[in-house]
Amino acid sequence: MLKSTLAAAALLLSALAVRAEPVDPADWDGVLAQAEGQTVYLNAWGGSENINAYLEWANGELKERFGVTLVHVKLDDTANAVAKVVAEKAAGRDAGGSVDLIWINGENFAAMKQRGLLLSPGWAESLPNWQYVDYENKPTIRTDFTIPVEGQAAPWGMAKLVFFYDTARTDKADLPENATELLAWAEANPGRFSYPQPPDFIGSSFLKQVLVEKTEDRSLLQKPADEETFADVSAPLFAYLDRLHEVAWRSGRTFPENYPAMKQLLADGELEIIFAFNPAEASSAIANGELPDTVRSFTFPEGTLANTHFLAIPYNASATAGALVTANFLMSPEAQAHKQDPKVWGDPTVLAVDKLPEEARARFAALDLGIATLSPAELGPALAEPHPSWMERIEEEWKRRYTAGN
Amino acid sequence: MLTRLGPPLTILLLTGPLLFGLAGTLLPAFGFLPVLGGMELTLRHFEALFDAPAIWASAGISLAAGLVTAAISLLVVMVFVAAWAGTPLFARIQHMVSPLLSLPHAAAAFALAFLIAPSGLLARLISPALTGWHHPPDLLIVHDPMGLAMMAGLVAKEIPFLMLMTLAALPQARAAETRRLTTALGYGRVAGFVYGTWPIVYRQIRLPVFAVIAFATSVVDVAVILGPTRPAPLAVRLVEWMSDPELSLRYLASAGAVLQLAVTGFALASWLALEKLAAALTRRAAGRGRRLRRDALARYAAFMGMLASALAVFAGLAALAVWSFAGLWQFPDVVPQSLTLKSWLRTLPRTAEPLLTTLLVGLAATFIAAVLAILCLMREDETGRRAGQGALALIYLPLVVPQVAFIFGLQFLLIMGDLLATLPALILAHLVFVMPYAYLSLKDPWRAFDKRYDWLAAGLGKSRWQRFFHVRLPMMLRAVLTLLAIGFSVSVGLYLPTVLIGAGRLTTITTEAVALASGGNPRIIGVYAFFQMLLPAAGFAVATLVPALIFRRFHGMRV
Repeated sequence: MLKSTLAAAALLLSALAVRAEPVDPADWDGVLAQAEGQTVYLNAWGGSENINAYLEWANGELKERFGVTLVHVKLDDTANAVAKVVAEKAAGRDAGGSVDLIWINGENFAAMKQRGLLLSPGWAESLPNWQYVDYENKPTIRTDFTIPVEGQAAPWGMAKLVFFYDTARTDKADLPENATELLAWAEANPGRFSYPQPPDFIGSSFLKQVLVEKTEDRSLLQKPADEETFADVSAPLFAYLDRLHEVAWRSGRTFPENYPAMKQLLADGELEIIFAFNPAEASSAIANGELPDTVRSFTFPEGTLANTHFLAIPYNASATAGALVTANFLMSPEAQAHKQDPKVWGDPTVLAVDKLPEEARARFAALDLGIATLSPAELGPALAEPHPSWMERIEEEWKRRYTAGN
Repeated sequence: MLTRLGPPLTILLLTGPLLFGLAGTLLPAFGFLPVLGGMELTLRHFEALFDAPAIWASAGISLAAGLVTAAISLLVVMVFVAAWAGTPLFARIQHMVSPLLSLPHAAAAFALAFLIAPSGLLARLISPALTGWHHPPDLLIVHDPMGLAMMAGLVAKEIPFLMLMTLAALPQARAAETRRLTTALGYGRVAGFVYGTWPIVYRQIRLPVFAVIAFATSVVDVAVILGPTRPAPLAVRLVEWMSDPELSLRYLASAGAVLQLAVTGFALASWLALEKLAAALTRRAAGRGRRLRRDALARYAAFMGMLASALAVFAGLAALAVWSFAGLWQFPDVVPQSLTLKSWLRTLPRTAEPLLTTLLVGLAATFIAAVLAILCLMREDETGRRAGQGALALIYLPLVVPQVAFIFGLQFLLIMGDLLATLPALILAHLVFVMPYAYLSLKDPWRAFDKRYDWLAAGLGKSRWQRFFHVRLPMMLRAVLTLLAIGFSVSVGLYLPTVLIGAGRLTTITTEAVALASGGNPRIIGVYAFFQMLLPAAGFAVATLVPALIFRRFHGMRV
């Protein structure tokens, strides 16, 4: 929200016509040569310490191997980075932009793609490390929230909505198996469940999970939200929320800021069930001493939301070559394996391990996924993400209904 | 020649950004923003603003925060000084004022949050033994809808500020003599002070009180950490709108900034009315000869208020310090299960860059402010004219106009010059806020300087600058270093100007700390809070130790 933001305004009035140098991802040696000495401003959510630390590590590696400096511009909402690029385009700054790389997916990706703010033509599938990407078995790598990616963003990590609880306090048998049971559980345990306040990404995702479960004709959600039917389709969701807020943490009068904030609340016993979009989040937190080692994961047998998160390059990036090198490095087996280590971050890889060379495969095999991480088989089915317009409309409606307080 | 430039340069630096900034905010509010195609004058954006959900609730919280914070802080300071001035206890409390004053607002807010939250230190100390709580109670304390936690955080920071201002004003009020007189006439300590001394003191601290009101009505960092969320106070929502990808919201944000100006203006106007009311009540009570001799309750209440605000912040900071070394630390444990250096080892390398920016910007802004303040005061000596009430009001202007209202517009200005997120721009933005404090802290010691030293040196044939560098500056070293320490601590604590002008690329310890607050990891916040404490403290340590070292062989210069 507050962070960094108005860099947007940044270029609002200036129309510096910097000429962009042409970059051709097919000529990789040429890209490497151009990238040398460049500084890449990666605009990425900065609210989680292990993610920030991972990017520190990446900066060290990139500097040493390719002479590229990676600067993490810490956002608290990815929309702020989109706002910067939008403002730059409005001001006619079509080159020399302030954002080189954005950590993105869902509505922000859709917004950038629709407004023509992404580097084109699609470059991601010509990166050298694309050969290892598991696009055959992971459909969300090529279709993000129903929007075809078309190589305009490089896959960076996989996400699946997973819940966590402390076995020392909650009996496994009592755990809910779907959104409806979760509400019943919350009513039986008042004040012990909550979700991050939208537009926090994880908070909005929780709303979508409920929406998907409560919608009979799910094909509706694969199409853009329609003003006429929105009220009908979302009615069960808001009826659910009205009941949930009655019994939620702090009676729904305030909400946790984001999912890292929920971890401390679980540790203190303020919340009993929390969730994240990263199946290894709990193991990672246990390794860091943030959660007790009695915390375990669970998921809904009928499925939870799943998606892929990406790295995108704005059309007017200043360091396009450096951004390509960075995206390719972050997609490399080494960077992906390091990222999947719960002691580091725990984010699941986008690569197909069986496509990798022997040595890289061993690196993944050696990973200890942690005591609280479910195996891929236990993660349950993946529910498809609704079209991005649903998230926008729901956030708006949420704000309208629940911001009042007067 | 150089001194002649001092006052105009200062006025330009203080009011230039302010006026251009206000213009840059006002024009888009009325529809003028050419890059976005806004060329017509319209009130449409105000209609949209008043349609925004709960906008009046946001404005109401901001208004209440300004008035309540100022009233409580001022009341505590007034009664405390009335009751305890001249006692040993008073002297002891005085020593706690400076460290509290130099602490950034955000750090004090963190400290309070970690003390009073349902899972905070206070609850841990008494649970489960006294409370029976094995879980933290489900109480809405931090982020409460009425903004009480936010007001408490502001009060804890404004009490030391108003206290210091009062202490500076006290000598001119002949408080001790008045006290002897009113005591002899049978008045209670507090009543005697309020009738006899306070009117003289208050006249001098009025501008600082206005600054407190303006700050509290438009604060962003404290509001983010402690304030209500649904809806948030006005200034917080403005900053959110300004960063939305939907660019048309910028008009809304600008219109909101105009509303913010109105809210702050209304708060100040209400305060003027309250002043009149309080003065009338006091006069009536005095006229009727109410002696109010049984004021023990008020005296101890003010003492408790003073002590509580200081202790809360210090205890909270201590809790944060422990958090920064904590492994797993679950409720209701009073101490962590394990201690680890992990948070420090992970975070320290990441603090290097914000630390460097904090130091660079703070030192540069403070140094420029010091030079300008000295030039202005030298010019005063030359012309024999003191800065009047008007000039003083001008100096206070950047502290009384809400930051959001002109920083938005200042951004546009910097963007046009392609200067946003550059070091010089950030230093300029900090200078606007450091300058007033620099001038105000130097003016009294400067005027108190015994001019006969100057005349003596002139008699020995020393030129003006020789007199300045060889006589005046060395003798005033302590005052100048204090100015630098105060200016630096102000710069370290600046949040909104840094976030907006640094645009995410130039970050300081304070902006990093507030950004991390959203992640809610108390270990990391603990590390950053340490630096927020350390930097201003280091400034004051230098200001105390350097003169002591230099003057160790000069008996006349010791304090």
